[in-house]
Amino acid sequence: MRADVWRNCWRFRGFIAASVKRDFSSRYLGTQLGWLWAIAQPLALILIYTLVFAEIMKPALPGHESKFAYSIYLCAGILLWQLFSELVGRSVGVFVQNASLLKKVSVPKLSLPVIVALSGLSTFGVVAALFLGFLAIISALPGLALLAMVPVVVLLVALAMGLGIFLGSINVFYRDVEQSTAIVLQFWFWLTPIVYPVRAVPDFLETALAWNPLAPIVGFSQTLFLDGVVPDWAPLLYPTVVATILLALGFAAFARLGGEMVDEL
Amino acid sequence: MGHLRARGLGKAYKRYAHKWDRVAEWVGRGVRHEQNWVLRDVSFELEPGEAVGLVGANGAGKSTLLKILAGTVRPTAGTYEIGGRVAALLELGIGFHPEFTGRQNVRMAAHIMGIAPERIERLMGDIEAFAEIGDYIDQPVRTYSSGMHVRLAFSVATAVRPDVLIVDEALSVGDTYFQHKSFDRIREFRDEGTTLLFVSHNPGAVKTLCGRALLFEQGLLVRDGAPDAVLDYYNALIAAREAEYGITQNERAQGRSVTRSGTQEAVIERVSLVADGRRVVVVPTCSRASVEIEVEIRADLPDLTAGIMIRDPLGNEVYGTNTFYQEQPCIAPRARERFIVRFEFPTLALGVGSYSLTAALHSRESHVTANYDWWDRALVFQVTPASRPLSTGVCNLEVAAGWQRSPSAGSGAPGRTRAALADSR
Repeated sequence: MRADVWRNCWRFRGFIAASVKRDFSSRYLGTQLGWLWAIAQPLALILIYTLVFAEIMKPALPGHESKFAYSIYLCAGILLWQLFSELVGRSVGVFVQNASLLKKVSVPKLSLPVIVALSGLSTFGVVAALFLGFLAIISALPGLALLAMVPVVVLLVALAMGLGIFLGSINVFYRDVEQSTAIVLQFWFWLTPIVYPVRAVPDFLETALAWNPLAPIVGFSQTLFLDGVVPDWAPLLYPTVVATILLALGFAAFARLGGEMVDEL
Repeated sequence: MGHLRARGLGKAYKRYAHKWDRVAEWVGRGVRHEQNWVLRDVSFELEPGEAVGLVGANGAGKSTLLKILAGTVRPTAGTYEIGGRVAALLELGIGFHPEFTGRQNVRMAAHIMGIAPERIERLMGDIEAFAEIGDYIDQPVRTYSSGMHVRLAFSVATAVRPDVLIVDEALSVGDTYFQHKSFDRIREFRDEGTTLLFVSHNPGAVKTLCGRALLFEQGLLVRDGAPDAVLDYYNALIAAREAEYGITQNERAQGRSVTRSGTQEAVIERVSLVADGRRVVVVPTCSRASVEIEVEIRADLPDLTAGIMIRDPLGNEVYGTNTFYQEQPCIAPRARERFIVRFEFPTLALGVGSYSLTAALHSRESHVTANYDWWDRALVFQVTPASRPLSTGVCNLEVAAGWQRSPSAGSGAPGRTRAALADSR
């Protein structure tokens, strides 16, 4: 990516910061409880899965006798998944949804996915803080090993944004991309060991898991939070390669199509 | 600061025959689109503080040019250079978010315009006062009328004097009172050195605000000069167009199609009408103009003739000639050679109206022997009235008219009549 594109984004940092703030508040605009709703959604999800699956899944997590073991396993995966699916889902439509802005004002287009990433990360931050609070209460905080999550989240964001910018650029010309992404993400969720452990996977799905770059990332987080130690880094090599390729692909698509976007919107 | 230089600016939109052709192009299956040029080869320069009005019919390319200069649309050809900060009011508004209040949108717009947050808070009072929308400043923008919307947008866009101000018809939405107020502000800016580019269908506004006008016609910059002269020319053009309207409609109804045929051994690349050294689609009657045909030879040929035919909107042949009749043969052109064929008209004596031009490349006298390329309606152009006596019809002949009182019956002498006519010249 050319340096001047990023310099342009930096020049518009005021706009980006204000947009992230606005994004956050606009989602709950007109509601009385405001940002509490940002927490309610993942909380409900975790509650449902815990109630439904905790008993069934217990035997699948041998060696973890704590009654919270499944909840921790679930949260460690689902928080990352939610960040990923929000970033991809919103990046896909970001250029189309901001058509009126792009047509009337000269803003660097790449600042829009940047806003998506930052606003997704801010929601993630709130929910993650909540999760850590819960861990502190049941005294299951992993301690210094937590720092290992920082590069993992960075890797996840790179993966999501590479894919998101690539699909988002194409979506301007073929809106079908946005529709199909929503469906693919649903399958993707169930093809990632988030609700269930890897052990529970039937043979025919094992190949799918092997190709899924999210599986090692989610697995890393689950092991870290369940065992409280930094797991082996080696499995993250594959998702890193995929993320690099997707980012290159995303920026290439954007570089090629960015100039034409406004013509189509 | 405030200067603006446009060189050869052009914008073409891609047109695909099939919706999957775009994907085919992405994966490297060659070029599959046609370029639909809405703006071609526009060059001009503005000095700081110059105020320029852009006039022309809808779809003439004015808005496209402004969008390019405002930085929202990327030009297909050419370059431009703007000194200093640009503020642009394109269409309605400046990208306000409907769910947020006027005040929140003002802050956001200020961020986009690169105004520091502290500064915008200090300017907020001025912006509110100028927009005159009262308590609505704290209401969501979706509750605004279009007039309030544009008032607020204009107030923000002009809160800080820009070096270049671009306004695209936005002001026509506001009421007369606000128009006057905003024109006052624009005038103030202009006097302080802001360069102004302004689209308006209101000739009065262009004449009072601008020292210069640019007339666009079918994507080309056809006139550049003092507002009075350009607007008069434009009005004449509209009048001529209205007269033609019925005929054009009729022709459209009968299926207006461009036909092209031939063996392609020699190909017409471009046909243009040139006056005063620039390509035009509008010429005043009886002015000096030439038709230029750019030719590419694709196979060795024994000889080559280039011909033109001018037709009226009904398809009647008005005038045609070719290089064979003009005794300007082109003998044995070789493959890959290129030529420009020029038909110069010292006085293009066509009547006021619209005409189409057919160009052809063939062998010898006519296309019966060998037809290389035949392009129907390669060019459509307008002939406008000029400062000479009015006439009707497809040709504008050199004429001298005069009266002579006839002597009483029986004593007339033909010789004397002729002499009197000659005197009146």
